[in-house]
Amino acid sequence: MSVSLRVTTLRACRDILKELRAVKGPGYRRSLGYRYVMDQFRKNQITSEKLCRSQQDLLHQASSYLCLLQSTRLHLSLHAEYHGEGSTREKGLRDVAGMVGLALPTQPGGKGWE
Amino acid sequence: MLRNVLRLYNSLPVGCCPLITIQTQTRQLLECRRTYSSATSERKKFYQDVSISQGEGGVLEINLDRRKLKTPGGKLFTVPNEALAVTVATEWDVQRDTLKFYTMHMTTLCNTALDNPTQRNKDQMIAASLKYLETDTICYRVEEPPGLVQLQKNEWDPVMDWIEKRYNVVIGSSSNIMGPTIPEETKDTFRQHLASYNFWALTGLEYVITQLKSVILSFGLIDQHLTVEKAVQLSRLEEEFQIHQWGNVEWAHEYDLQELRSRTAAGTLFVHLSSESATMKRKFLQDLEFPLPRKPTIKTPLLSKHSHH
Repeated sequence: MSVSLRVTTLRACRDILKELRAVKGPGYRRSLGYRYVMDQFRKNQITSEKLCRSQQDLLHQASSYLCLLQSTRLHLSLHAEYHGEGSTREKGLRDVAGMVGLALPTQPGGKGWE
Repeated sequence: MLRNVLRLYNSLPVGCCPLITIQTQTRQLLECRRTYSSATSERKKFYQDVSISQGEGGVLEINLDRRKLKTPGGKLFTVPNEALAVTVATEWDVQRDTLKFYTMHMTTLCNTALDNPTQRNKDQMIAASLKYLETDTICYRVEEPPGLVQLQKNEWDPVMDWIEKRYNVVIGSSSNIMGPTIPEETKDTFRQHLASYNFWALTGLEYVITQLKSVILSFGLIDQHLTVEKAVQLSRLEEEFQIHQWGNVEWAHEYDLQELRSRTAAGTLFVHLSSESATMKRKFLQDLEFPLPRKPTIKTPLLSKHSHH
């Protein structure tokens, strides 16, 4: 089993736990997900010398789960920013135009009828 | 909806009383829509804790406070192994205030596998999945602009070579509107390979194929040749090319990218965790961790001092 495989596995584990902390809050160590992930990585460390194939499997599954957690969190934040409550109608017209990169026209001297 | 009612009516055997049957069929259709419409509206979070418990026959169930989770079809929500149960429980656990069902992809996949709302069997699902092969993203090449042609050659050709070698098939690519003609042996090989997956894994695999719009990329993902991010990037190659040239629009491009990534990742994880090998590997790892006990030694009786041999 190569060192680089072990390093990437550790990094994947650390990133998953970071994601769980970001999404669960302070009590994340007591959550089901945390305990299960730590369990799986510990078990894998014991068997890693014997089965390289299962190490690859675990790495792929871990990176898939990491991608799932990260992308769900980012998708949710983008949704809240652009499609959620208070993201379009409650903002003024000027802010919404700014969101899509446009600016409202300005007229020096004001409009004629004001 | 009236068309559906009429279609149902036309398929009923002759001799049924028409008026009463239409009413019951309409009521059933409305009820079916009501159970599934809960997926679109937002509900407040009505529980504090999420836990997993063992059910009958070795399956696992999800508990929200005291209540057991059910599918939209009304069945009890059960999963075959612990890994799936933990991912589903985590999805429910991380919800705050309101339940956002559109982020709970693993739960949705389990619901689809359990309810089977389109009432299909394995063969129909395999046929539906393989239909995407004829219009596979990787097979469709453009002729201009030259930057995109080169990009497609550099990025998609290695994947095409990999799958042709791995499964010993011929697929090929084309740049005309009809696409490549896939030989029948190729389809048979893939059909045989897909038949080895169980129903849950096939549900996940079909989901991944519909998201990526490519059978070849999905096989690359399932066989662990590609990561999720790489497969999504290859599926969106032309969009990435345009973004590179014209800029990234966060509220459209980034949003679509993250949504596609989350769905594809969920589908891939679902296939891997639903396959038989996941349960077998777990048993194998457990055996290695707890070694088998030694056989007890049988004490032989001491030879007496007064033996006469």
